[in-house]
Amino acid sequence: MTAITVNGRRHEVAAAPDTPLLYVLRNELALNGPKFGCGLAQCGACTVHIDGKPARSCSVPVSAVKGSVTTIEGLGTPDKPHPVQAAFVAEQAAQCGYCINGMIMTASAFLAQNPKPTEQQIRAALDGNLCRCGTHMRILRAVRRAASEIAS
Amino acid sequence: MNMDRREFLKGAGALVVSFTIPELGSAQQADPKLQQLDAWLAVGADGQVTVFCGKVELGTGVQTALAQIVAEELDVAFARVFMLMGDTALCPNQGPTVGSQTVYRAGPQLRQAAAEARKTLLEMAAAGFKVEAAQLKVVDGIVSAPEGGNVSYAELVGGKKIDRAFSGSARPKSPDQHTVVGKPIPRVELPAKVFGTHVYIQNLRMPGMLHGRVVRPPMPEARLDGVDEASVKSLPGDVRVVVKGNFVGVVADREEQAIRAARALKVRWTQAVELPKMEDMPAFTRGTPGRPRVLATSGDVEAALSGTAKSLRAQYYVPHQMHGSIGASCAVASVTPEGATLWSPTQSSFNLRDAVALVLGMPRDKVRLVWIEGSGCYGHNGADDVTADAALMSQAVGRPVRVQWMRHDEHGNEPKGAAMVMEVAGALDPRGNVAAWDYQVWSPGHAGRPAANGPGNTLAGAQLGLPDNLAPAGADRNARPTYVFPNSRVRLHLLQSTVLRVSSLRGLGSPQNTFANESFIDELAHAAGADPIEYRIRHLKDERAIAVLESVAKLAQWSPRPAPRGGRDAGPAHGRGVAFVHYDNYSGYVAIALQVRVERATGKVSVERVAAAHDCGLIVNPDGLRNQIEGNIVQTLSRALLEEVKFDTEKVTSIDWQRYPILRFSDVPEDIAITLINRPDKPSVGAGEPAAAPVMAAVANAIFDATGVRLRSVPFSAERVKAALA
Repeated sequence: MTAITVNGRRHEVAAAPDTPLLYVLRNELALNGPKFGCGLAQCGACTVHIDGKPARSCSVPVSAVKGSVTTIEGLGTPDKPHPVQAAFVAEQAAQCGYCINGMIMTASAFLAQNPKPTEQQIRAALDGNLCRCGTHMRILRAVRRAASEIAS
Repeated sequence: MNMDRREFLKGAGALVVSFTIPELGSAQQADPKLQQLDAWLAVGADGQVTVFCGKVELGTGVQTALAQIVAEELDVAFARVFMLMGDTALCPNQGPTVGSQTVYRAGPQLRQAAAEARKTLLEMAAAGFKVEAAQLKVVDGIVSAPEGGNVSYAELVGGKKIDRAFSGSARPKSPDQHTVVGKPIPRVELPAKVFGTHVYIQNLRMPGMLHGRVVRPPMPEARLDGVDEASVKSLPGDVRVVVKGNFVGVVADREEQAIRAARALKVRWTQAVELPKMEDMPAFTRGTPGRPRVLATSGDVEAALSGTAKSLRAQYYVPHQMHGSIGASCAVASVTPEGATLWSPTQSSFNLRDAVALVLGMPRDKVRLVWIEGSGCYGHNGADDVTADAALMSQAVGRPVRVQWMRHDEHGNEPKGAAMVMEVAGALDPRGNVAAWDYQVWSPGHAGRPAANGPGNTLAGAQLGLPDNLAPAGADRNARPTYVFPNSRVRLHLLQSTVLRVSSLRGLGSPQNTFANESFIDELAHAAGADPIEYRIRHLKDERAIAVLESVAKLAQWSPRPAPRGGRDAGPAHGRGVAFVHYDNYSGYVAIALQVRVERATGKVSVERVAAAHDCGLIVNPDGLRNQIEGNIVQTLSRALLEEVKFDTEKVTSIDWQRYPILRFSDVPEDIAITLINRPDKPSVGAGEPAAAPVMAAVANAIFDATGVRLRSVPFSAERVKAALA
């Protein structure tokens, strides 16, 4: 049995050790925030935090997870939103929303490291996350808004 | 599980408003089923308004916009309206959610249904208060009498079921009375998307459900020669191999087990086709047998072309492009000998139900399709295919099966946007005006959606040998110019075969036709020594067309540019381009002006700033509208700058994001400025597609302005631009 800590809780999981973390989160723990996009670590839809750092859960075997995992469900809730989540709602920064998990998880980890980023730094931080609806301008506005919220 | 609408409504007290769908009713009088009344909305005893909507949410915000229309007409708080969408057992068939037509077509239907419901409720209240209905006031579903006294809609319904057939006498509000329509109401489902709790099809799990994966040949036409089931025998998860006709899939207990089995399964195929070389595609497309059709003609084009001193001719090409949904397509099916339920993110609940019924060999009244939102689709992506895949696998194993495509399935097998060739010849009169315009387009149809007449439009259906059907729709979209020319001709060569499987990608043939039309008008403006905006307006009669061009000129602080400013100096070149569309010649009006920067050394094109003016009639939700315009622009910039589906002689090779790059954050514009032109007296014609159409031409025109070099093939990749500048 493999054990992992997710959103502050310890779980024993039945999956084979080489199973990507993503399938364990979704199918065993019913945490549907992280999404399957490509399974190749190319698009970012599956992003979670491991010890606060963004990780592509589609490409991390569950047995290799040593740190504490946070999914978007553990980041914030409607009652207690993370500033990045609050900013995404305020800016209406989603269309289909399928990539948004990755945008929020990547941006929240980035702002924790760099709370006063330049525009270029924000764009560089999100460059590995793909959005097909073309919601980029709103996502950028939301991350800027979150940065100024966090800074104030 | 197969509960029908009437049973659903029997449960609780409700006012149910029913009527037939007007545009189907007149065209298809012969079908008695269409004469039945359909329930459109119900006012429950708790005051909740449930709207039964055959259209679905694809991430474009129509769920919110349509709910606004209902709340407006019923005079209830927006939050009371619940949209139940795309369930074939519960919703009226309003046709597929396509063509930027949801607010345009479903909007008036729901507006009328809500107006009918309000009228009925007011008549009931008036009888109770013994006053005229016209004397009553309604605020959030509470009806007030002039002499005092209130009653809520819920109290009026009183737990009873009250059926009201459509009377046709209820008048919707005039736009100056609107308090909900026209407001930037936040998207209903957006918070759940931000907190990770939104229900996507990919999240659906049910007791006893197994996981399936497909095993597809390099090209869908391939013949199955053999499956080595022993190759997966030793794998965990009670792996079962499903083979039917040329269809191959695997089913296992757990998702990762199904993925492993699909990778391991040894299958032999015989390839049925050889693809042309990619570099030959423009000539190959022009040479494909097609049915010629004259779409429009005026004056004498031949005489005008041969009779003028100054004439031009140019050919344009747009390659196959893909939808590229971020989420791999997914569906769940539960098929038993008694009936089937399909959970699907399809755009076409009813048509897909009919097609999958044929794939399963079941009468369609035994099949229910329940729509659940998926990843954004931008047209006909893998959603329908995967639904048929899940159905076939569930039927084979007798358990509910969830199938999700892998990334290579999605990129490799989704139906592609068609490659198209356009050629335009034009001539100028002595004043530089267009004397002749001769347009030709070579395109297949763009509508390969599954339906009762095309079950083979699903991959699984095709692999069972069922008939397919590529409808001609979309090839001619925006082939006809909005400009008025004395002599003009527009011809379509409707191609009878395609290199790759194609179907509807956002805008169908419109972005391609608009690329050609709006590039060529720019070429003529240049030949005439005229500013491209002034030159366009000179040839327009439609006031709304002129208004978007004037508006975008103002927004972009356009300065006249009768000649390209492109010099030959070494540094980065900057240029501006404009393009216009009257979408589908009936829908929204859009003008786009944008600024590019071209790195001469590398050929890299960056779009720095975009200005757009947009008129889609009465605006329902201005923020949702802006979101759609921004999305159309960014997505089509990606198509313009980067996208081309690549293949070798045997297969599509663009099977992941490295081999099919799309625009990233570092390359999206600094700013997209938008002017919305609201036309309260005009129908709301939708905004899901129009702003995509002019983008490719605007970029090409800006590159020309920057460099003096005209690019006539999409994409304007760094490699291609560098070669053109050399």
